Amino acid sequence: MSESVLSLTRLYKRFGALQATHDVSLDLQPGEIHALIGPNGAGKSTLIGQIAGSLRPDEGSVHLAGKEITALNVSQRARLGLGRSFQISSLAEPLSVMRNVMIGVQALQGHSFRFWTPVSRDESLQAPAREALERMRLGHRAWTPVSELSHGERRQVEVACALALKPRVLLLDEPMAGLGPEGTAQLTELLEALKQEVPILLIEHDMEAVFRLADRISVLVAGSIIAQGDSATIRRDPHVREAYLGD
Amino acid sequence: MDKLKTGIIAPPGLPAMPARWFDRKGLVQIGLLALLLLAPLAAYLLGHIYYINLASRITVIAMAAVGLNLAIGYGGMVSFGHAAYFGLGGYVAGISAYHAFDFTPFMSWPVAIPGSDSMLVIWLAAILLCGLLALAIGAISLRTTGVYFIMITLAFAQMMYYFANSWPSYGGEDGLPIYLRNTLPLVDTNQPLVFFLICFAGLLLSMAITSRLMKSRFGAALTMARLNDTRLATAGISPYPIRLMAFVISAMITGLAGALYADLNGFISPTMLSWHFSGELMVIVILGGVGRLYGPLAGAILFVMMETLLGGLTEYWKLFLGLMLLCVVLFAKHGVMGWLAGRERNE
Ligand SMILES: Nc1ncnc2c1ncn2[C@@H]1O[C@H](COP(=O)(O)OP(=O)(O)OP(=O)(O)O)[C@@H](O)[C@H]1O
Ligand SMILES: [Mg+2]
Repeated sequence: MSESVLSLTRLYKRFGALQATHDVSLDLQPGEIHALIGPNGAGKSTLIGQIAGSLRPDEGSVHLAGKEITALNVSQRARLGLGRSFQISSLAEPLSVMRNVMIGVQALQGHSFRFWTPVSRDESLQAPAREALERMRLGHRAWTPVSELSHGERRQVEVACALALKPRVLLLDEPMAGLGPEGTAQLTELLEALKQEVPILLIEHDMEAVFRLADRISVLVAGSIIAQGDSATIRRDPHVREAYLGD
Repeated sequence: MDKLKTGIIAPPGLPAMPARWFDRKGLVQIGLLALLLLAPLAAYLLGHIYYINLASRITVIAMAAVGLNLAIGYGGMVSFGHAAYFGLGGYVAGISAYHAFDFTPFMSWPVAIPGSDSMLVIWLAAILLCGLLALAIGAISLRTTGVYFIMITLAFAQMMYYFANSWPSYGGEDGLPIYLRNTLPLVDTNQPLVFFLICFAGLLLSMAITSRLMKSRFGAALTMARLNDTRLATAGISPYPIRLMAFVISAMITGLAGALYADLNGFISPTMLSWHFSGELMVIVILGGVGRLYGPLAGAILFVMMETLLGGLTEYWKLFLGLMLLCVVLFAKHGVMGWLAGRERNE
């Protein structure tokens, strides 16, 4: 267990009568993509929330690189290396793409109580932000306001924001939604290249991308993990076929 | 350099150009400053002291609004209690002058603190005390948001108001006169034009600080805290200390304006602390243009001129003010500055 970058131990989360997370344990190894699939409302985003710190689990613990982070808040966890993209993109609309990404670089450098030097000509902020955008093939959109981007582009900016943190772990909540076939193919390629650097916990509905990318797959249904294994195992699992793959 | 490595082919485009002095926005800004500076100079040459003092009043109120604008416009913290800092700054000036005049100590235990009629000492004390007060009030208030934040800042300011009202040592509800205007080395602060220029310098300084601050890393974080604090936290920066720091700086600017206001009027009273004044500052910020650097100045010119011109004609002048505010909210959301100088561009 000690070698896993991220590990969840027996998480429980309840919203009123709804058990959104039920006894979930999973882990993420260096260099792997671990996909989390499941029908709508299964509790995937809720689980991401508990890892990133925006939701507190009722029970259980979260460890990042061997350190317990269950009690830390969102920004503390981000500083320890949790990069996250949201299912519904959460960006500052009126600002440029660059500004949204730069705030992550600034956080990484740890100097937000600097009052005098302008950021607009600060290469130490802009160069890493540009690099993160280039990786997402968004360099040409750097100075476009987020409000003018397409839905798919916003999802990519989210990933670039997460990359700018130089994270130890990436949590991506449906990054391919709204991308179209070409965009999906491109992002699939990108994530494949990325996983050697940063292990990824990937929530995705596009099964083709999941089966291509994932080293391991966990299937979440009604808050519980009903199956875990590599692509071939999951494809064959009768429970999964019944509950999720629908054939 | 490492452009090849990151695969840049086309240049990424340039950030939005800053305002140049000769474009529309630059002209409006220079025009406002010139108006504020030249009017009292002309009044001085013509011997109309009243108008010099009127310009000083506009300047000091604009400066107080610059402080509030940092909280509301740039930080998204709608404080309905900035009279607390304005009044505290005023009381620092008044109480210090009172003890200097009397040769009595302000405090004799545990350490002896004499009064002082030096503006530099008073300003420093006003800034520090307002900063401390805002640190305490902000630390509690910023745990809440929205209407709760508005109400809790109002409540703290009202506590200060009632305290000043019922504290007899410094005049209670009657207030306290400042018999001799506080002093600065080398210049005669009793000269209206000299005092105006001091206020003008204070206004320019507070605007320069705001502008510089908002371009810095701190400003980038504060902007993100206002626009999307989830994004800021997800990036790894806690919004709370960023907001608190901005709130404290905002209060310091308004507090310094309060100290100048006390010397301008030669008088302090609890009205400086009342919610009316907090409301007036908010009106000025909204009239001028929320989050616009020159908004508080434009708003203060408009407000004080209306107060002076219409207030002389009818005691219902606030009715007109209300109508105007309604028009701004309905038709010109970006205030006078938005209307005169165009929308602010973001990069
Ligand atoms: N804050 C909340 N309060 C109450 N119920 C919630 C809350 N957040 C999520 N839920 C409920 O918990 C369940 C799981 O939601 P979640 O968003 O985690 O699903 P998901 O697996 O991400 O679904 P999708 O594929 O549609 O994104 C849903 O029934 C949802 O309505
Ligand atoms: Mg979801």
